[in-house]
Amino acid sequence: MTGSTIIFYMLGALTLVSGVLAVTTRQIFRAAIFLLFSLIGIAGLFFWLQYDFIAAVQIVVYVGGITVLIIFSIFLTQQAGELLPKQKPVRQIFSALAAFCGFALTMLQLYQHSFKKTTDQALIPNVADIGNQMLSVGDNGFALPFEVVSILLLAAMIGCIVIALRSKPTVA
Amino acid sequence: MEPGLYHLLFISAALFFIGVFGFFTRRNLITMLMSIELVLNSVNLNFIAFNKYLWPHRLDGLFFSMFVIAIAAAEAAVAIAIILNLYRSHQSIDVENAEAMKF
Repeated sequence: MTGSTIIFYMLGALTLVSGVLAVTTRQIFRAAIFLLFSLIGIAGLFFWLQYDFIAAVQIVVYVGGITVLIIFSIFLTQQAGELLPKQKPVRQIFSALAAFCGFALTMLQLYQHSFKKTTDQALIPNVADIGNQMLSVGDNGFALPFEVVSILLLAAMIGCIVIALRSKPTVA
Repeated sequence: MEPGLYHLLFISAALFFIGVFGFFTRRNLITMLMSIELVLNSVNLNFIAFNKYLWPHRLDGLFFSMFVIAIAAAEAAVAIAIILNLYRSHQSIDVENAEAMKF
């Protein structure tokens, strides 16, 4: 058991345990904080896989952006100290059953399948390579999806402003 | 046991179905949004794991997960705008109270 293995299992446990707590706790603010730890665990797994850039993006966008957005919307919409209503036990049991059956089926399929590995030389991704490939228009370039995502983000930004604008009371 | 591809796939499958469970049981829109974030994150982990262990000479999985992150950010922003708007009109963000599509 090397140090790297121990770190992997700790990160995996952090991710899964805080994920479970995030979907089961009845205090919505705690759910947001557990979600934060789950996302940090995923970023840690990306660091463990030595994909530093995507781990940094994960921390900046998810941990720094989306979680803060969720926490602010909780502040705006929830009364302090109010618990989420209890769910019907039947619904919880059947949801757990459905999720567990799906999980078991997926894992069964996975362990019956043997993946073929490439024999090519492994590439350590550095930021310069990622940037060049992202904006290259040649083979293996991602310039078109990059531009499409930019348009999508612009559309989402305008859409958010339009949706969240307080509509003025109409004068009768 | 030395962690490999199957360990990562186990974590990502478990996280995916934790998110699905949350989506089934929660009735508050913000917590449902959190479950969706968990599902999207498990997909990212899957892409990165396959890229690392099966095609380490390419970067495609990394780019896919980057686009997934961008789209998840856009989706979260739009969803929260809709939730705030719904809260203003209904004083509640429970899905059971939001049955009308238009009023």
